[in-house]
Amino acid sequence: MTSKQPAEGLPDAEEALAALVEKMRGAVSLDAKLIGIYSGGAWLAERLAAILPGELPVGYIDVSFYRDDYGQKGLRAKVETTTLPFEVEGSRIVLVDDVLFTGRSVRAAINELFDYGRPEKIELAVLVDRGGRELPIEATYVGARVAVARELSVVLNRSGDRFQLSVEPVTSEPRE
Amino acid sequence: MNNPQLNAEGELQHLLTLEGMPPEIIERILDTAVPFVSIAERDVKKVPLLRGKTVFNLFFENSTRTRTTFEIAAKRLSADVINLNVGVSSTSKGESLLDTIDNLVAMNADMFVVRHSQSGAPHLIAQHLSARQRAHIHVINAGDGRHAHPTQGLLDLFTIRHYKREFRRLTVAIVGDVLHSRVARSLIHGLTTMGVPEVRAIGPQTLLPTAVEKMGVRVFHDMKAGLAGCDVVVMLRLQSERMKGSLLPSAGEFFKHYGLTVDKLALAKPDAIVMHPGPMNRGIEIDSAVADGKHSVILPQVTFGIAVRMAVMSILGGG
Repeated sequence: MTSKQPAEGLPDAEEALAALVEKMRGAVSLDAKLIGIYSGGAWLAERLAAILPGELPVGYIDVSFYRDDYGQKGLRAKVETTTLPFEVEGSRIVLVDDVLFTGRSVRAAINELFDYGRPEKIELAVLVDRGGRELPIEATYVGARVAVARELSVVLNRSGDRFQLSVEPVTSEPRE
Repeated sequence: MNNPQLNAEGELQHLLTLEGMPPEIIERILDTAVPFVSIAERDVKKVPLLRGKTVFNLFFENSTRTRTTFEIAAKRLSADVINLNVGVSSTSKGESLLDTIDNLVAMNADMFVVRHSQSGAPHLIAQHLSARQRAHIHVINAGDGRHAHPTQGLLDLFTIRHYKREFRRLTVAIVGDVLHSRVARSLIHGLTTMGVPEVRAIGPQTLLPTAVEKMGVRVFHDMKAGLAGCDVVVMLRLQSERMKGSLLPSAGEFFKHYGLTVDKLALAKPDAIVMHPGPMNRGIEIDSAVADGKHSVILPQVTFGIAVRMAVMSILGGG
């Protein structure tokens, strides 16, 4: 992929994951349910579930039907199916995403969750917080904080079992 | 030829026909319909995509079932839906049709779902909207004359893909009154576009269009020969109300030769699926034992039809 630039100033993704796990360990309720936001957040939720104590169930959410830029950008080319193999009603949910930026994806995910039920509590875990919020949304657990120019998007990549972060020019795809 | 249902960027602007539709667009619609199927299984069967949009169901020809599925699809996308049953008036066409459209445009319509007994009516409306600089208003053909019924074709494709996974190795038979069937036309175009290697039309000479082979189908007048080795059997409704003159000796005679029974179905592959666009004439084109049997996917077709219509509307309605 030629469009990727060297990950200058970006933290090592595996170190950020280790830091995130340290913050979540003991703090996340043992009956919590992890819900990863497609696609980076889904990968991250699976890694977290494998590392964190207890057998935390994992669900997946695609927020395409709840995005606020549908009127400008239309529907994404590929919409995944939201799969929540547990009751949302009364649950303690940890939403998981790779990169927290404007907060708009998280807003969409929270709205979608409430169409499945009324959770007792929703927390947010992110690998990277890059600032730049456009909504009053903050993460409960953060792996690393970075500063990146607004024109660039921070992307999580997966090769084998390992994560890697890179920056790319913003594409026409809605940003996280 | 310029395809009026695509805009200058090649994106879907209206849905008028599957003829000439690029396979990527068909595939995108089918892919988008997948997550909509699960929306219908939630407690809250609604997503906010078309909130604040107004969809007009314009039915110049009666069809409670199709109208209802479009209405449900639009409502599950949070649109406001207005149903106009303009009735079975064959004289109200041309200028009066476009006057109706202009009035609804003045009411700030965002989307028209059009059913009309005249082939080409949705096309005419789409052209009219472009000429009036109203190209942001979308038209969906819900069946026009004998021409096309693209959302039915798409839901048939979705159902086939759901059960058979891929199109490239299938043998699909379409049985019965192909002549009067816009469903058959749309499905044939969809199947050939998606690369189905063998599409068969089975029926008596009098109920097959004269140049049906030119659409890429193999013709069989003997149903048993036609069903041999089929993966998918699509039964068409015998549209007796459309038949003028005697194309058939009798409904009983038709059932004897072309009605789908358990015995005839045994000639198809053991895992063949049976489809029907509805409403069914039991005992005329299909036996109850088949319609209610384990090969039948007729009711899943109805469920998938809503998801497919949601996909079409949400692809059209986005910015």
